[in-house]
Amino acid sequence: MNRFAPFEWITAVRFMQEGKVQTLLIITGVALGVGVIVFMSALVAGMQANIIRRTLNYMAPIVVIPPTQVARPQRPDEKAAVSALVQPRSQQLRSIDQWQKVRAQIEQLPDLVAVTPVASGPGFALRGEASRAVTVIGIEPESYLRVIALAEKIVAGRPNPGTADIVIGIALASDLGATIGDKLRLATASGAAETLNIVGILDFGSKGVNQRNVYIALRVAQNLLNLAGGVSSIEIKVQDPFAAELIAQAIEAETGLEADSWIRTNAQFFSAVAAQTLSNTLIRFFVGLTAALGIASVLVVSVVQKSKEIGILRAMGTSRLQVLRLFLLQGAVMGLTGSLLGSLLGWAFLMLWRGWARNADGSPMFIIVIEPMLFVLATAGATLVGILAAMAPARRAARLDPAVAIRG
Amino acid sequence: MSVTAPLKIETLRLEGVRKSYGIGTPVEAEVLHGIDLALQAGEFAALIGPSGSGKTTLLNLIGLLDRPSGGTLFIGGQKTSALADTELTRLRGRSIGFVFQYHYLLPAFTALENVMMPVLAARGHPDEEMRATAAALLDKVGLTPWRDNKANDISGGQQQRVAIARALAMRPPLVLADEPSGNLDTQSADSVFDLMRSVNETSGTTFLIVTHDPRLAQRCDRIIELVDGNILSDRPNSNVIRRG
Repeated sequence: MNRFAPFEWITAVRFMQEGKVQTLLIITGVALGVGVIVFMSALVAGMQANIIRRTLNYMAPIVVIPPTQVARPQRPDEKAAVSALVQPRSQQLRSIDQWQKVRAQIEQLPDLVAVTPVASGPGFALRGEASRAVTVIGIEPESYLRVIALAEKIVAGRPNPGTADIVIGIALASDLGATIGDKLRLATASGAAETLNIVGILDFGSKGVNQRNVYIALRVAQNLLNLAGGVSSIEIKVQDPFAAELIAQAIEAETGLEADSWIRTNAQFFSAVAAQTLSNTLIRFFVGLTAALGIASVLVVSVVQKSKEIGILRAMGTSRLQVLRLFLLQGAVMGLTGSLLGSLLGWAFLMLWRGWARNADGSPMFIIVIEPMLFVLATAGATLVGILAAMAPARRAARLDPAVAIRG
Repeated sequence: MSVTAPLKIETLRLEGVRKSYGIGTPVEAEVLHGIDLALQAGEFAALIGPSGSGKTTLLNLIGLLDRPSGGTLFIGGQKTSALADTELTRLRGRSIGFVFQYHYLLPAFTALENVMMPVLAARGHPDEEMRATAAALLDKVGLTPWRDNKANDISGGQQQRVAIARALAMRPPLVLADEPSGNLDTQSADSVFDLMRSVNETSGTTFLIVTHDPRLAQRCDRIIELVDGNILSDRPNSNVIRRG
C-alpha cells in the first residue's frame, strides 16, 4: 500500500485489479471510442479547414459593395395609378461613395486582418487573334495581398502588378498562349483599352478562376472601368472566417452599404459544412454514450458482485461518502486510462492516415493539424463521462444497507 | 473500613428494544418485543435460540447496522437513537468489531491488509503504525507466516482468524460474532473460539456470540436465550467448560 494513497484510491485500484478482465475490456472500449472521436474530429476539422482554405483562396471573407439600385416609380400626384409590375433596375458598375472614408471607418472595427479597395468589372483579354472574357480586378497590391494570398498561388513571375503590368491565371495564359514578359491587351465595354506586360501567372487550383481573374493596378482598372478615382468594392479579411457574417452585419449597420460575407454567398456550401459538423457531433455523442454505458454496466455488475464486501466495509466503519468516492474513482480511472490510450490510438490513426491519404503527386490530400487541445478535451471529456457513468452505481453502492448486503 | 466493589463499565444497554418489519403495511411483523439487556465490559456471552428467534436481528441492532423501531440502545453509555447515519457509522467503526459466519475478507487484499482496512478507512491513509498493529494482531491469531497471502489463498479457519484480527483492529470494546464457527470443522471451530476467549481474557474485550452450537455456548460465561423475539432466559454459566 502506498502510504500517500488514500483509502478510496487503494480500494478502487484493488477492486479494478480484481476484476482484471472486466476492467481491461472496458478500458479497451473507452480507448477505441476516444480513438475514434480524436481521429474523426481531427479528420473532419482538417477537411473543413481545407475546403474553407481553398474557398478563401480567391475570395475575401467580406466584400462591401454599394447598395443595390432599386427602381423608384415617379408619381406625379397622389391619385396617379402605379403599375403593379415594376421592372427591376439594371445594376450599373459604380463606385462606393466616399470609399476612402468608408475604408477608414471599417478599419476601426475589431477582429480584422486587412482591408483593401478593389475596382473590378468585366473585360476582354486579347492577344493576337485570341480573346477571352475576363474579370478585371484592379488592386492596391500592398493591402490586397494581405487579403488574398496571391503570393502563395504564383507559379511564375510576381503577384504584384505595377501600372503597366498584369497578373493572369494559368488557364488564361494557356488559352492565349502567353507567358511571362508577353504583352496582353485588356479592353472593357466602355471602349477603353490598355496593353500590359504579363508579370505573373497564378494557379488557384480552380480552372474557372484561372481562366477568369486578371489582376492589374487599381489606378489602371479605374481608368479601364470608367470608375475615375472610385472602387467597386472594399474587401476585408477577418481573423476568424466563421465570424465573417457577424462582422459583415456590423459593417452594414456602420456604413449603410451592403456587406456580403463568404458565409452568405456560399450558403449551400456552409449548410454542407454544418451538416458534416452535426454528423460528427452525433458520432461523438453516440460513441461517448456507448463508452459511458460500458463503464456504468461494469460498475453496476461490480456493485452487485461486491455487495457483501461493501456491506462489510460499511460495517467496519466506512462511510457512505467513502463508498461513493470509491466507485466514482473507478469510473474516473477507467475513463482517464481509456482516454489516454484512446488519444494515443487516435494519434496513431492520424499518422497512418497522413501517410496513406496522398494525391497522385505524393502531396498530402489535405493537411490534418493535430491540435493538442483536442487530446486534452477528449481526455477530460472521457474522464468526466467515466465519473458521470459511475454516478448511478456509486450511489447504489453507497445506499446499500450493510445488514442487507451482508445477509445477501 | 468499607470495601467497595470494583466499578463495572457498561459496554452495552438495551431498554425495551423492539423491531418491526413492514411497518404500516398489512404484513407488519414485530420480531423483537421489548428486549432489555446489558453487557458489562469484559463479558463473554453467548446468544442462543432457534432459527427465526431474532438473534441476527438483535445483533444487527446492537451492531448499529439497523435501527430499532422502539426502545433505546446505548453503546458505551452513548444513546444511539438520535444519531445521524454518519455518526452511527463513526461509532460503529470505533466501538464495534464484527465476526460473521462467513469471513467476508476482501479477496483483493492480503491478510495483513485486510486487518489494516478498518483503521485505514477511519484514518484515510496507511501508515507504519497501522501496519505494525495489524502485524501484531495477525501474530496474535497465529498467522504471521500467511500475512502476505491473498485472503483467498488461506484456509477457511485461517480466514476466520483474519476476520477476528480485523474485528480487533480498532481495539473496539465490543465484538459481535454471528455464528463465527458455523462454516468451520470442529477443530477449526474450537480453535477460533479459543482465540476469541483468549482475546477476551487478555484485553478485556466484551464478546457477544450468536451460536447454534450448545457445546460452544457452554464455554461462555453467560448464556442469553432468545425465543420468538423475547429473552427467555439470561443466566450466568456456572459450569463454563474451558479447554487447554
